Amino acid sequence: MSNDTNHHTDKHSGDVNYLNFEKGFMSWWMSIDHKRIGLMYLVSMIFFFAIGGLLALVVRTELMKRGQTIIDNDTYNMAFTLHGVIMIFLFIVPGVPATLGNFLLPLMIGAKDVAFPRLNRLSYWVYVFGSFFAFLAIYFKLDTGWTFYSPYSLRNAPAVMSATMAAFVLGFASILTGVNFLVTIHKMRAPGLTWDRLPLFVWATYATALLQVIATPIIGITLLLLFLENAFGIGVFRPDVGGDPVLFQHLFWFYSHPVVYIMILPAMGIVSEIIPVFSRKPIFGYKAIVWASVGIAAISFLVWGHHMFVSGMSDFVRYLFSFLTFFVAVPTAVKVFNWVATIYKGSVEFTSPMLYAMAFVFLFMIAGTTGIHLATLATDAHYHDTYFVVAHFHYTIQGGAVIGLYAGLHFWFPKIFGRMYNEKFAKIAFCLLFIGFNGTFLPQFVLGMMGMPRRYADYSTFSNVDTFEYLHFISTCFSYINALGYSLVLVNLGYGAVKGVKATANPYNSLGLEWQTPSPPPHDNFETIPVVTDWSYGYGEEYSDHDHNGNKKVVAKPA
Amino acid sequence: MSHHETLPAGHYHHLEPEQAYHSAKLAMWIFLATEIHLFGGAFCAFAFFRWRYFDDFNHYAGQLNWQLGALNTLVLLTSSWAMVRGVDAAQKGLNKLCGRWLIVTIILAFVFFGIKAIEYSTKLSHGIYPSTHIFWGLYYTMTGIHALHIAVGIGLIYWLYLLTKKERFSTVYYTPVEVIGLYWHLVDVIWIFLFPLLYLLGGVGAGAHH
Repeated sequence: MSNDTNHHTDKHSGDVNYLNFEKGFMSWWMSIDHKRIGLMYLVSMIFFFAIGGLLALVVRTELMKRGQTIIDNDTYNMAFTLHGVIMIFLFIVPGVPATLGNFLLPLMIGAKDVAFPRLNRLSYWVYVFGSFFAFLAIYFKLDTGWTFYSPYSLRNAPAVMSATMAAFVLGFASILTGVNFLVTIHKMRAPGLTWDRLPLFVWATYATALLQVIATPIIGITLLLLFLENAFGIGVFRPDVGGDPVLFQHLFWFYSHPVVYIMILPAMGIVSEIIPVFSRKPIFGYKAIVWASVGIAAISFLVWGHHMFVSGMSDFVRYLFSFLTFFVAVPTAVKVFNWVATIYKGSVEFTSPMLYAMAFVFLFMIAGTTGIHLATLATDAHYHDTYFVVAHFHYTIQGGAVIGLYAGLHFWFPKIFGRMYNEKFAKIAFCLLFIGFNGTFLPQFVLGMMGMPRRYADYSTFSNVDTFEYLHFISTCFSYINALGYSLVLVNLGYGAVKGVKATANPYNSLGLEWQTPSPPPHDNFETIPVVTDWSYGYGEEYSDHDHNGNKKVVAKPA
Repeated sequence: MSHHETLPAGHYHHLEPEQAYHSAKLAMWIFLATEIHLFGGAFCAFAFFRWRYFDDFNHYAGQLNWQLGALNTLVLLTSSWAMVRGVDAAQKGLNKLCGRWLIVTIILAFVFFGIKAIEYSTKLSHGIYPSTHIFWGLYYTMTGIHALHIAVGIGLIYWLYLLTKKERFSTVYYTPVEVIGLYWHLVDVIWIFLFPLLYLLGGVGAGAHH
């Protein structure tokens, strides 16, 4: 991409930008600027992440010792349910697309905004509105687990109705974002930004948006049926009148399996952006990564049955789901190979975003390979509903999606706020987070293998209670370190956003289009719509006459 | 769609008009796909329970008044035709004519509601509730969600009507009429699937004498 715009961007830093061109609460709440909406999403989501995190600490503390430690069994059930509901529906499902996606997508494709800015604002309003129903569910003491399995979810109608309404409304926010992003990517790319030059984060956002619009309506109808079941007793999920709880599980997981890829795909996109910048090498296997993103999105719809291997299915269907679940690991592995090959022989700079990105690759490998254990029919029968699943899930979502989000937050921080965080502090926080995370969840793999069931408030009646207590104790201690790491990150980024050293437009000398405009960007993103002449991964190709496809370069001139 | 000087002020500061038109249409098509998925989940549940309780479903399907269902199909199809006339008028910049066709569409939608209300009240007065049987649970759910879509459609089409009163549409700007027209046709299409699924699959009148 063109470097010609670099010279005039620096002098504009600190002038009027999207953060300060209008002031006051209403100027944010009513804003249709994609950057402001992304930032509002970010603040709201970190608020819910903190609540969900505190609930996780409550759960961990209760499990630290055998018997009752701090809360009774019913409170424990509520605590882990709310941890799940808040973390899933209010934090990680909107996750990267609503925050960094909103902020970066138009910048990365050289547009002034998303296709439908008012729809974008509506999506945020709907999100806030939906979160109130979640609080209502807390008030009514929801304790079904975040999966709302019937018939357990037919015993406390007000709580389940509030929670399903919350998830239904939040689903709307998700669909609106997905529709908006798909149209934006199709219709608003800058001149010259062809599909084979599209940044990989945009490709990941595209695949994610496809999942959002295809999968979310299914959870919509499922939760609506559950809502009506509780309101009018329509019978479909109620076994005593001939309804079928397993049907609920099928419908639920038809959405909720693809949704883990809604969480993880954009994080993979972030990693694909960061690794070439700090390896100073072109991304290895650009097309393979693109096809892997789209392939993961496609296959993710065909694997939901692996959540119900022990719920009652024919053997043939179980073989099929098992095979397809193995199969989805292939495009994922393709990406891992590409990232590693990009780093290989690069001049690697271990900045904090790069550390997070490399941690993502490492942790997601553990997540993926333990997923294979769960996709295997024989071993799953043993691991199902144990801490092995809890550990696997947290490696994918915390080790993958959250670490990926944090990688992106650190990487694009100077672009978002026009300031830098403290790098040394960021590395210390990263180390605490990394050690804390692994110390929390590695023992849980062992707990699961030894048969510790998930969702139990107490394990004092098990024969191997001594080992369980020992491992739970380790896990809980490290969870405090993990929490400390997250708190330090927040302090560091929060302080940096207000008081940090001013950042230049392009502090990493990156080729991405979003770096070719001032930090923070002006309301309209670009003074003139840029003309794109090459992909954004040509590190080391700057001095070549040919682009990565071997075609002769056209000299870049802004329109 | 290329002379944006003639567009109402305040529209699409960041988009070329033609780009805006195609964007809006693409967005609506994607949204309609999500609608099909929403109903698709309910259709799956219906197929599953019909397979499991085959005789029950046929029996109860026969208790529905297929004549009223058929009449409503006709009403909705006619309303779709009126909507097409409205879109055509808008594309020619004939705001007044467009407004008339939109009103016809709305009136037909209310006729649909009236017939649906007769059906619902008859069933309820015979003691047939959503909790009576899974068939009725799904019947009330699916027709209810569909009716909700009709209600939203009436609101949107009335909004279009108000815009025609302000002479907002012209040969270069008619995007909202066309896009909401697409939505209205989908609501129609879903009913065309619901009608045979709920009323006819059991064989017309199979359970009527019970």
